[in-house]
Amino acid sequence: MWKIKEKGMQILFMVAASMSILAVAMICLFMFANGIPAIKEIGFFDFIFGKVWSPNQNIYGIFPMIIGSIYITAGAMIVGVPIGLFTAIFLAKFCPKKLYKILKSGVELMAGIPSVVYGFFGLMVIVPIMQSTFGGSGKGILTASVLLGIMILPTIISVSESNIKAVPESYYEGALALGDTHEGAVFRAVLPAAKSGVLAGVILGIGRAIGETMAVIMIAGNQPIVPDSLISGVRTMTSNIVLEMGYATDLHREALIATGVVLFVFILIINVSFSLIKKREA
Amino acid sequence: MVDVIDKLESEKMGADNPINVNSYKDRLKTYKGRTFSLVLFLLVCLATLITVVVLGSLVIYIMVKGIPNINAELFAWEYTTENVSMMPAIINTLLMTGLSLLIAVPVGVFSAVYMVEYAKKGSKLVKLISLTTETLSGIPSIIYGLFGYLFFVIALGWKLSFIGGAITLSIMVLPTIMRTTEEALKAVPDSFREGSFGLGAGRLRTIFRIVLPAAVPGILSGIILSIGRIVGETAALLYTTGTQAKVPDSLFDSGSTLSVHMYKLMSEGLYTDQAYATAVVLFGTVILINVLSGFIGKKLQKEYY
Repeated sequence: MWKIKEKGMQILFMVAASMSILAVAMICLFMFANGIPAIKEIGFFDFIFGKVWSPNQNIYGIFPMIIGSIYITAGAMIVGVPIGLFTAIFLAKFCPKKLYKILKSGVELMAGIPSVVYGFFGLMVIVPIMQSTFGGSGKGILTASVLLGIMILPTIISVSESNIKAVPESYYEGALALGDTHEGAVFRAVLPAAKSGVLAGVILGIGRAIGETMAVIMIAGNQPIVPDSLISGVRTMTSNIVLEMGYATDLHREALIATGVVLFVFILIINVSFSLIKKREA
Repeated sequence: MVDVIDKLESEKMGADNPINVNSYKDRLKTYKGRTFSLVLFLLVCLATLITVVVLGSLVIYIMVKGIPNINAELFAWEYTTENVSMMPAIINTLLMTGLSLLIAVPVGVFSAVYMVEYAKKGSKLVKLISLTTETLSGIPSIIYGLFGYLFFVIALGWKLSFIGGAITLSIMVLPTIMRTTEEALKAVPDSFREGSFGLGAGRLRTIFRIVLPAAVPGILSGIILSIGRIVGETAALLYTTGTQAKVPDSLFDSGSTLSVHMYKLMSEGLYTDQAYATAVVLFGTVILINVLSGFIGKKLQKEYY
């Protein structure tokens, strides 16, 4: 009896552990099974590189959305990485102990704020500022980049900070002993040693930025066209799905799911490069 | 306490200017002729300042705009287009959180138990499980939403249902619960297990009576993190549970959570004031969650370090 219970529970634990495998398998299966037929029907080349998205005329090209996602993610990196990295360095190497606690919980708070609230803030604060500075609607690549740059700050800060802290103190001390300043020691000796960890944080940030939906939808303008300037409106892959899923039918709906598949592939590539970097570090 | 003693001792010895401490004046002097270092220092401070200002303005703006808009009507039991009550959404959020955790916590904790207590390190299954868990944690919520829509709404024919959304969210938070529980279990000293085995307890009894209780604070912190994610989630729920502003009659009925409710208010564009108030409530929840997790983190540190 006792043995059966032990064995039974062990199997139960194993089944529970296999749930994550099952979940990933199911997600892949359902995404690909529903998306790939549509890609086939539309034609791979026309779907990925088609510049026109017009469900009324049965034309489904998601090139504008792919470009939109890439632009906005790149913009978020340009805004978020320097600020996040320098803040992480401040937290790890410059910060007085008393200030550290406050700042650290501030960063944690930032990570917990729901993306709708960020989107709302963007819509109410950043959009009007952009409108009065650059004219136009105020919604576009620049606005979305700034907001997403803010949203990825906590990811980049916390990952970079823990990696900078993990560098042995002797690196820093050695540089100081050679006559370098505090800043020199941090930037020339400690930071290069934490390079791959910081890179892992940046990649996590890229994943977050490219997958962000609710905030982007409110401030990016959502026009399905290839943008021609920093302030022109864009639609990302994520917002394409949310905007039209509600009323789409037939091939239109399948094309939206296929958009999800393309996004999924992007995410998988990002995931793989993240784990490769983590492995190299270990 | 120790600081105070140190201070008292140093005062007794008359050490007003300890030689191994840099004053700000000394530090400024070191920048002479090292412009590059000074620039770096200023950049680091500037970046931190930007982070603080951004966070501060976000918090203050939402609070200032939102708190005056909070009134009793917003908490009426029934939603109508006149009062735009968020009460159903608040109840739904609690229900959704409870239901998702009910599914995710047992699965997450059990799989962590398997990974730490049973599995051979480096076996193929373990590698596969860690790989898939990592993949799950990297998938954005819109993909979860799409999957939930395809699986629960279309394939199983549940339409927009509360349970479909709850299962979708439980998959989403599974990696968080697994990872924190695994870490908590690993932090339980081996001597606990050895002691229990030595007293003749079996593996199962050791796990449930000795190891898991000792790991509770760690597991709790994972659960709290998950609550934060569930409360803030919108994209995964839009097309799985839907946007109806009422408490669902059954598990297979639609009903919006607070974040979804807020998104709806905003996208309709008519209820900006109410959206501010909703943002304040969401914000309050997030702050509460952070305080709780900080509290538990402290407790964790006290117990083991």
